[in-house]
Amino acid sequence: MWSFSKLTDLIHAWLYETFSPAWALALEMVMVGVAAIGLFAMLGLVLVIMERKVSAYMQIRLGPNRVGPKGMLQSLADTLKLLVKEGMTPNGVDRVLFNLAPLVAMIAAMLLLAPIAFAKDFQIWDLNIGVLYITAISSLNVIAILMAGWSSNNKYSLLGAMRSGAQIVSYELSAGLSILTIVVLSGSLQISDIVTSQSNGWWIFKGHIPAIIAFVIFLIAATAETNRAPFDMAEAESELTGGFHTEYSGMKFALFFLAEYINVFVVCAVGATLFLGGWMPLHIGSLDWFNHAMDYIPSSIWFFGKTFFLIFVMMWFRWTFPRLRIDQLLTLEWKYLLPIGMVNILLVTVIAILKWHF
Amino acid sequence: MFLKDYFNDIAQAVGSLLSGMRRTGYYFTHHKEIITEQYPDNRATLVLPERFRGEVVMPHNGQNEHRCTGCTACELACPNGTIKIVTKFELNAEGKRKKAVDAFVYHLELCTMCNLCIQACPTDAIKMAQSFEHSVYDRSQLTKILNKPESKLQEGVE
Repeated sequence: MWSFSKLTDLIHAWLYETFSPAWALALEMVMVGVAAIGLFAMLGLVLVIMERKVSAYMQIRLGPNRVGPKGMLQSLADTLKLLVKEGMTPNGVDRVLFNLAPLVAMIAAMLLLAPIAFAKDFQIWDLNIGVLYITAISSLNVIAILMAGWSSNNKYSLLGAMRSGAQIVSYELSAGLSILTIVVLSGSLQISDIVTSQSNGWWIFKGHIPAIIAFVIFLIAATAETNRAPFDMAEAESELTGGFHTEYSGMKFALFFLAEYINVFVVCAVGATLFLGGWMPLHIGSLDWFNHAMDYIPSSIWFFGKTFFLIFVMMWFRWTFPRLRIDQLLTLEWKYLLPIGMVNILLVTVIAILKWHF
Repeated sequence: MFLKDYFNDIAQAVGSLLSGMRRTGYYFTHHKEIITEQYPDNRATLVLPERFRGEVVMPHNGQNEHRCTGCTACELACPNGTIKIVTKFELNAEGKRKKAVDAFVYHLELCTMCNLCIQACPTDAIKMAQSFEHSVYDRSQLTKILNKPESKLQEGVE
């Protein structure tokens, strides 16, 4: 089987032969960092053009179609424009926090990449509490938003940031509960264990209806956690001019923008890993000829295919549904998603104890 | 029943959200529904909506005849003085003096395309055309005389 792990093993062995262990480790870290930043840049370009094209087709428009073939270089041109724009810091802002906030947003998004399995045996850090790590780090994002809103010294920014705080704190609960259902089913917090536990079928198929309910709740909570429409209370163009990034321009704004898309990618990658089997190909129980046929598709293609499918679903949500008011948003969470999630996790626990899942 | 209402709410919400997603999903997969016109590139094949209104014109037939009797109903109907009709007296076939239009002056720069003049016209002499590329360098070029020189009232139009 063709795999990334052979390449990484080769590099690893060569580094440890040539350099002392400390230097080899440092070099590996640098390589991983460069790869992560490269992935970020690629993701930013691809997801922005994807968002614009998907939104255009859903609204019976054409979308960007002038720069490059079929407009595919539009986001590259936009990035260039943002890079050369002046990174302005308005008078009256808290300079340190104002300039720090985009970096914190970026760093929080970057840290989330560590435990994600991109392909078979291709993972930055397979720590034994991977799922807990993801839920913990993803709540750091709200600190960046609060920081930006507070330091901007602008009432719109502050309102947007406060709303975003209320929203992320509440939706983390249902996201956590729906993640927990898979942890209960697979019996492990480690990402690689969760993926291997799906080698005879993905959890969304194996876990009966409760897994599907958990998946739906996870999708809704993930959309809310990444501050995307229909839950874009933090930005709220129509009432808060731009929410927490009203005062930002140039590259600092671009960092927030990029962090949002990285968060979308990471959240969808986590959803794909937990519910749709991560890099695991589509396997049906003990149907061997089918499983072998599916194994011929590389695991990285499975992972990115599932992740981009979930990203597409989130874009579909965004360009279909009307925005919620802040009170409707919190009603949805506290009156509907959370009680259903709690009952659901009870059901899943019963299923897991009695081994009713396949 | 509280629980019944609760689950009814959820079922209704899911149903309506799914029907919305079905619509956008249909548009996403059916690109022929796209209504964007790539305007300067497709001047030749431009498709305008049927009721799009660009400017007032007066159709003339092959014998250089129009249907305007000079009754000034359109001038009276116009809310912002776009139309000015200059009349003259002509001798008709029986030798009677009859009022006829001399110049139908149309100020395109004042027109808001409200369609009231077309509705007011008793003889259907004027209609809305779909041409919209009206920009010129001098404002006076926008003042047009709609009846062609030497044109006559069509036979039988009163």
